[in-house]
Amino acid sequence: MSTGFTSIIYRDLLQLLRRRSDIATTVFFFVMVASLFPLAVSPDPVTLRQLGSGVLWVAALLACMLSLSQLFASDYADGSLEQIVLSPHSLSVLVLGKIVAHWLVSGLPMVLLSPLLALQYGMHSHSLLILVLSLLLGTPALSLIGAIGAALTLGVRGSGLLIAVLVLPLYIPVLIFGTGAVTASQTGMSAEANLSLLAASSLLALILAPLATATALRVAVE
Amino acid sequence: MLSTQNLSCVRGDRMLFNAVDLRLQSGGLLYILGENGAGKSSLLKILAGLLQPESGSVFWNNQNIQQDAEVYRSQLLYIGHLNAIKEDLSAHENLLFSLSIDSAIVEPALRSAQVLQALQAVGLQRQAYLPTRHLSQGQKRRLALARLWLDAISMHVATVHNTSKLWILDEPFSSLDAEMADVLASRISKHLAGGGMAILTTHQPVDIISHDIQNYRLH
Repeated sequence: MSTGFTSIIYRDLLQLLRRRSDIATTVFFFVMVASLFPLAVSPDPVTLRQLGSGVLWVAALLACMLSLSQLFASDYADGSLEQIVLSPHSLSVLVLGKIVAHWLVSGLPMVLLSPLLALQYGMHSHSLLILVLSLLLGTPALSLIGAIGAALTLGVRGSGLLIAVLVLPLYIPVLIFGTGAVTASQTGMSAEANLSLLAASSLLALILAPLATATALRVAVE
Repeated sequence: MLSTQNLSCVRGDRMLFNAVDLRLQSGGLLYILGENGAGKSSLLKILAGLLQPESGSVFWNNQNIQQDAEVYRSQLLYIGHLNAIKEDLSAHENLLFSLSIDSAIVEPALRSAQVLQALQAVGLQRQAYLPTRHLSQGQKRRLALARLWLDAISMHVATVHNTSKLWILDEPFSSLDAEMADVLASRISKHLAGGGMAILTTHQPVDIISHDIQNYRLH
């Protein structure tokens, strides 16, 4: 089991590193949206502090969605997906490997960049920490849920829009818990409840998303 | 042994074929013939378990392949008309990945050597570390087919579980030069002589040696 899992992560990372512009688009989008907002809205620190977590979370969510349509598209186009489906390894495990690779190049860089970007919103160190934590717990759910949408729309023209329609409703709870955690910490309440819910969403997605994605991919290769 | 019962396939609202009954024993070779659009590739996909037939079933050693999918997949090597090659990776990296998802039980230390041996067999040893986007169409086809040699090598080193007994090849001879076509034909002959089975489609006459050659024509 593990050979298939690790080798698919290795292959995807290797391939993404050779085509860095694909990764750069996602991260660049995130950085741009997050840095343009303070310039456009207001220099007032109070307003910015209130906006910060929301803007960063929405930017992360949209940046993640931007990269989703590429998740299985090239494997589908060049026939690799057929080979992955026909592998004696469990398809859900292989799919999870692809999702992990996607998170490592889209979710993780955004988590790491978020404290820097949050400084522009004048966030205090405690809520900044909560923001990073909430993104760390929440972005895996974005990649996992997104994979279902990407698999369902494979081979469909204009799949980008369709993914958004399918996936956005499922992203909303994650968004609410994520920003809720930061807002709670800013108003002096405990962020624990929201962070727990966020972790629970990611765990639930971890169990269900690879299975659902694998089923959708089996249909897609027909 | 592979057998099918009353297979039919519908694509869109057109019936491609129906009542296909095939039976292939160890060492047997089956040519699927037919005009363009007759449904050859669809039939191969159904036999590989990629496509659900409209009706009927495929059996591997009398077990329905849908029920015993993992056992069947470990015995199967399918090469479709798409090469399944990543253009940003080298031939060596591509094949290494194929090896690790095709067969579960290969010693990691042996893998690289196996891959190089397979690349040598298809005459790509000099291009082994080049990104495959620089390869020609025929060389890419050779790389896709190199998996057939990996299969042979793992047969020697590892246990019986590792050998693919059934090869399903969609147009394996397309875009190959005459020399490589001969190499491939003798590779398939050797596989059949060793008790393997092969099902393939082709538009050109090839001489593969087998004691049991069947032709099945789709209309």
